Amino acid sequence: MSLAFQASQALPRGTDYLRILPELVLSIFGMIIMVLDPVVDQRRNQKALGTLALIGSLAAIASTLWQARAPGLAFWNMVQVDTFSVFFHFLITTITAVVILTSYEYMEVQQIRVGEYYALILFGAVGMCLMSSAVELVLIFIALEISSISTYILAGFRRRAAISSEASIKYFLLGSFATAFFLYGVALMFGATGSTSIPTIEQHLRSGSIPVLAYVAIALMFVGLGFKVAAAPFHVWTPDVYEGAPAPIVGFMSTAPKAAVFAVLLRIMFQIHAPGRLGLIWVAAALSMTLGNIGALVQQNVKRLLAYSSIAHAGYLLVAFAALPQNGIPSAMFYTASYAAMNIGAFAVVSHFGGAGERYVTLEDYSGLGRRSPVLAAALTLFLLSLIGIPITAGFFAKFYVFSAALQANLVGLVIIGVINSAVAAYYYLRVIVVVYMHDPRDESVLPAVPLELGAALAITALTTIYLGLLPGRVLDYASRSAGDLLH
Amino acid sequence: MPDNYFARYLPILIHFSLAALLATAIVLLSWIIGYRRPTRAKLSPYECGMTPVGDARQRFSVKFYLVAMLFILFDVEAVFLYPWAVILRDLKMFGFWEMLVYIGIVLVGFFYIWKKGVLDWGGASTGRGEV
Repeated sequence: MSLAFQASQALPRGTDYLRILPELVLSIFGMIIMVLDPVVDQRRNQKALGTLALIGSLAAIASTLWQARAPGLAFWNMVQVDTFSVFFHFLITTITAVVILTSYEYMEVQQIRVGEYYALILFGAVGMCLMSSAVELVLIFIALEISSISTYILAGFRRRAAISSEASIKYFLLGSFATAFFLYGVALMFGATGSTSIPTIEQHLRSGSIPVLAYVAIALMFVGLGFKVAAAPFHVWTPDVYEGAPAPIVGFMSTAPKAAVFAVLLRIMFQIHAPGRLGLIWVAAALSMTLGNIGALVQQNVKRLLAYSSIAHAGYLLVAFAALPQNGIPSAMFYTASYAAMNIGAFAVVSHFGGAGERYVTLEDYSGLGRRSPVLAAALTLFLLSLIGIPITAGFFAKFYVFSAALQANLVGLVIIGVINSAVAAYYYLRVIVVVYMHDPRDESVLPAVPLELGAALAITALTTIYLGLLPGRVLDYASRSAGDLLH
Repeated sequence: MPDNYFARYLPILIHFSLAALLATAIVLLSWIIGYRRPTRAKLSPYECGMTPVGDARQRFSVKFYLVAMLFILFDVEAVFLYPWAVILRDLKMFGFWEMLVYIGIVLVGFFYIWKKGVLDWGGASTGRGEV
């Protein structure tokens, strides 16, 4: 009888569906692509499926904007739409659209004729969007899996290259292992507080003494999520996977899943008031910055170099997690957005320049790029300068806000480590720029022209990088408001 | 609470040690007391049933794995129908439509693998898909 009562009470309302609208739109478009893929002729209609995916991601952006006007909870307090989740939805769906734009030419050049590629990108985005709006740990776990499984497959899409299969297998094995840690943490958190809902856990941990299990639970969840964002000491998979995976996909998986997982981490660390947060973050941030930058110093392969740089950037981002919530949350959000712009841009250049089979990926291959293709070289330089953190690029304000947030929390030691690391990082980014402009080209052959779609992607990322570097105010204001929402 | 927190798990610890003790005792006792008169038949991997023919480590078609995976997928999906059927009346029409959507998604997957030629065992592939 009680079951009957609950079931009749438990019908979702129409607004519930509005609150997962971007996810629904992306799933529907993904499924349409899956249905069309075996039916249409791949040799002619590859672009059509890509365009369909692009329309899907644009529709998802539109539905995010629509959804933003009616914030609230949905599906029995499992999903929450507020300024915080809208920020990440917008970021993730935009990343998806730009990555699809960078993929057109790549798929053509590598002769990968499979439409699942686009469907998987959309499905991955579903998981990532859901991750940023879920306020229930089990739902977060499911979303994490949706996003991870899509990226495992995408990493292995260069089937003719053994290195790509290796990347996929490595990513899959280590990734599943890491997810198990997260799940174990969720289970222990349930044991400690009797709930998997984030608001309930927060109330419980605030009301009384904190059980030992809660510390263990937070640590385990941090291990699982730390793996996904490539934070040291859980970073060892990153260089191999980034080297093997298709270049546009590396741009995707170094930004979108990371943004989503950072959103989850923000919820867990700040909204739950994670016990023992400082110690964990301090060590992981310092290690990631240092190991990432030292590793990048000796790389000859540009993809591996950017992989190590992405570990270092995860470290800078984690510094914000050690700061006070009022400053830490907005600075972390701003950092994810600016990192997304510059990193996707850098990988768009890498994927265009790589050529068939991604032959040209070493540093020497890039010598004289400034003479061979001034536009491409200028774009790459802009993104690298932004990754260093030079003013008037997004990277400068991103680092500035993170470090000032850390200083306000009196984390002088961590800031010193961060600033030293930024100086070290400048060396290897500048090395690429020197090679591009100062060295003589080894190969004088004419580069293929930049196609329209890739040009659009480069323009979007470059303009965003400069916009965030010149006028960071609006985005930061929005992020501050989201932080207020998150902390109510 | 934290000091007697682990004390609550003491019975489980005792249970574990008893289980370990019992298992060791049984194996050890039979080892010490038991008679051993091995024969050829007794030492073979399976004392009764078919006599083993060769090694099990042969190469076989990857299609077996594919079918096994698909079986698990569709099996789990079918199992999901049982709890739904039990409370269908309480869920009313909403539950019915929701399940139709769910089955629709499963059918999309089915259509996909069909068209990709996964169910095609004839050897000659349909030419379209490579799986």
